Amino acid sequence: MSIDGQSTAGPEEAGSLTAGIPGLRRAVIVGGNRIPFARAGGAYAKSANLDMLTAALDGLIARFGLQDERIGEVAAGAVLKHSRDFNLTREAVLGSALSAETPAYDLQQACATGLETVVGLANKIKLGQIDSAVAGGVDSASDAPVVVSEGLREVILDLSRAKTLPQRLQILSRLRPKDLAPLAPGTAEPRTGLSMGEHQALTTAQWKISREAQDELAYNSHRNLAAAYDSGFFDDLLTPYRGLSRDGNLRADTSLEKLATLKPVFGKNLGADATMTAGNSTPLTDGASTVLLASEAWADAHDLPKLAAVVDAEAAAVDFVHGKDGLLMAPVFAVPRLLARQGLTLADIDFFEIHEAFAATVLSTLAAWEDEEFCRTRLGLEGAFGSVDRSRLNVNGSSLAAGHPFAATGGRIVASLAKQLHAKGSATGRPARGLVSVCAAGGQGVVAILESL
Amino acid sequence: MTDKYAQLVHHGVGRNVAKKLGLPQPAVLRRYQPGQPLITGPVLVQGNTVEADNLAAELLSWDLDVRRHAVPREKLGAIILALDEVASPGDLEKPILTAAASLRDLAPGGRVVTVSRPAAEADSPAAAAARQGIDGFLRSLAKELRGGATGNGIVLREGVQATSASSLGALRFFLSGRSAFVDGQFITVSSTSGGPARDFDQPLDGKIAVVTGAARGIGAAIARTLHRDGATLILVDVPAAGDQLATVANEVRGTALQLDISRDDAGPRIIEHAAQRHGRLDIMVHNAGITRDKLLANMDHSKWNSVISINITAQLRINEALLASEHFRESPRIVSVASTSGIAGNRGQTNYAASKAGVMGMVRASAPLLASHGGSINAVAPGFIETEMTARIPFAVREIGRRLNSLQQGGQPTDVAETIAFLASDAAAGINGEVLRVCGQNMVGA
Repeated sequence: MSIDGQSTAGPEEAGSLTAGIPGLRRAVIVGGNRIPFARAGGAYAKSANLDMLTAALDGLIARFGLQDERIGEVAAGAVLKHSRDFNLTREAVLGSALSAETPAYDLQQACATGLETVVGLANKIKLGQIDSAVAGGVDSASDAPVVVSEGLREVILDLSRAKTLPQRLQILSRLRPKDLAPLAPGTAEPRTGLSMGEHQALTTAQWKISREAQDELAYNSHRNLAAAYDSGFFDDLLTPYRGLSRDGNLRADTSLEKLATLKPVFGKNLGADATMTAGNSTPLTDGASTVLLASEAWADAHDLPKLAAVVDAEAAAVDFVHGKDGLLMAPVFAVPRLLARQGLTLADIDFFEIHEAFAATVLSTLAAWEDEEFCRTRLGLEGAFGSVDRSRLNVNGSSLAAGHPFAATGGRIVASLAKQLHAKGSATGRPARGLVSVCAAGGQGVVAILESL
Repeated sequence: MTDKYAQLVHHGVGRNVAKKLGLPQPAVLRRYQPGQPLITGPVLVQGNTVEADNLAAELLSWDLDVRRHAVPREKLGAIILALDEVASPGDLEKPILTAAASLRDLAPGGRVVTVSRPAAEADSPAAAAARQGIDGFLRSLAKELRGGATGNGIVLREGVQATSASSLGALRFFLSGRSAFVDGQFITVSSTSGGPARDFDQPLDGKIAVVTGAARGIGAAIARTLHRDGATLILVDVPAAGDQLATVANEVRGTALQLDISRDDAGPRIIEHAAQRHGRLDIMVHNAGITRDKLLANMDHSKWNSVISINITAQLRINEALLASEHFRESPRIVSVASTSGIAGNRGQTNYAASKAGVMGMVRASAPLLASHGGSINAVAPGFIETEMTARIPFAVREIGRRLNSLQQGGQPTDVAETIAFLASDAAAGINGEVLRVCGQNMVGA
């Protein structure tokens, strides 16, 4: 089987992948739980990361009856994190109904945090180091940490070291009014000073992604997510929180006409090429998600379902600083490497979950894979990587509709995809495969393959 | 959900004022706590029948202090009145008036329990008159009792002995604090099936139970009570109530199943969850219900339909799925929550009362189906229960609702839960197709 996308071998003809490397166990996804995502400043404006992560964890415990259970390890993280939350995940465990003897650690890899916790914990399960795990992530753009200026910070630290009153007065005299202004977090890349949206605007223009195509993707995201809610798909994936039982950003009644009326918010200096609006970009969001992972034996012993296996994963990074590639294009490189390692092509994937940081991010990724020149020169392939069947893409909606609480997105995608794959696998009687792709700040990306059980 | 009036008239000035004005003085009811004795004080077994002798012997084996004759001025925990051999109305006088002499010695929270045979099975009009007479007698006596004491009856179908498993189960229930808010009611024991619990403080040990509408109120109380009694729980509520459901599930160490029971696939999804997690399902408690009150003249399509759909159609559909499932085969139990509104009717509740009366009809008709698997189906009909829902009733109406029963107070969610736990237990296996009211002998619907 080639990896150039020309192979005619469909999923029907491919065998199961989940046996993996000999000697390794399977890591299976039992299920997940998240709280509905809320637009920043909305329903969760007064909720801290710890509150939301604990709520998501308690919902997971209730769904699967894990009260007082000692889980092998819990890993989660937040992108916007207070310094007091240095042990965020462990604190969430202690506040939950899990056994207090459950160890936990925090992880941070920008928007890939959630997916990376799944990958890392799944690897530990495969290696036999742990039998069960909870992966997760949380973010609050509403309750973001606000830090003091460098000037004030230095004064405070020096003061704590001063021994005499004259020393203290001398240190205080260094303080200037401007030092008292607090600093709010931004999404600007430290090395370019450009926000994520401005970075994507450059990529969008480079790949000539049209406004109409972006709006259509956003429209489909809302439509698919609303349909999934209506069919009860989220009944066992989500637990309401603070009066919200659906994602606050979801606009079930949006239309292409309404989306077309929105003014561009990124790349405005591009003039007519400015295509990115608030409708086809994800809003700042609050929320939390969790995923229950286990060895097959642990899941069986606890009479728990086995939805899908975590087959393999790949991380990539691009040199966006020097403009070689777009900030959010790392998955473009990670996916071909991952599929090649597994002997798969895009045609072998039943469901694609490509995180919609911006509609244009998804469309730039797809365009790059269809571009022969790019795939030859940058990906080292013989020709175009191939096309993604759009009917298999983000079938239950993605971040444009659900919102994107940075570290919580990976868990949202993995749990939903595992459920979708299990349903498909059960209906067809053959394994169904899913690809998860998440781009992240710093020019990074993490991608993974799941397969139904 | 506190009854401030009841608290006021328990102490000091409030008590004196209430007494002088002849205002109701609701007693603090004797409610069950694990480990507490079944009943304190001697139990007087009155009546010269074979069943009375057998019962007295049985009660002795429960380590109770049993009397066959009253000792003057000795405080009694309970009076059991065996009237199972009355053949004509004239036969009622002797046992009843003998018992009457002991009524003043009944301790607060005491119990009167009659044991009789069904009028419908009498072999003569005179016997039927005597047996039916017990109905009116007991219901009136219950209204005369004070201090949180209650009066209830056990009706034994022909061929069922007073010492049969479910007769003793019903007697234990009536004597205990579990029946605190059950007053003026009869339980018919129709078969000899069932057996005593291995552990009376954990009568549901090892049972797998589903409770719908478990996120709050009576449903959450049912979950806590079944958990206390040893059951493993699957708690169901609509997805929108999922956060409260998760809190209850984590408290009772059960699993939360977010599901709208009016969905077509609700039954299969409940069975699938139970089968996956526990391999089977033993007890189904249909508690979920809604009200959409409107005078009939103002009733619209959606208000009527949503109530019928959730309160009765969903139960019918889920039961159908359960009865067809191999996972619901071992002495399966169904307990449904009906309502006194379904018995007496309630202004503004034509839709709700129709649905709840429907539940009772369903229960009676389903009894043979459950019996064929060695199981049972019963309903409880709560009267005025102190919940978030009744707390929203306007003050004056709420006060009337609370006081218009023999115990002069509203019941607690746990009172409904205790009755459900009893009906779901092995000790109630011989009780099938019954509707038991938990209403403090509410005046409406008699």
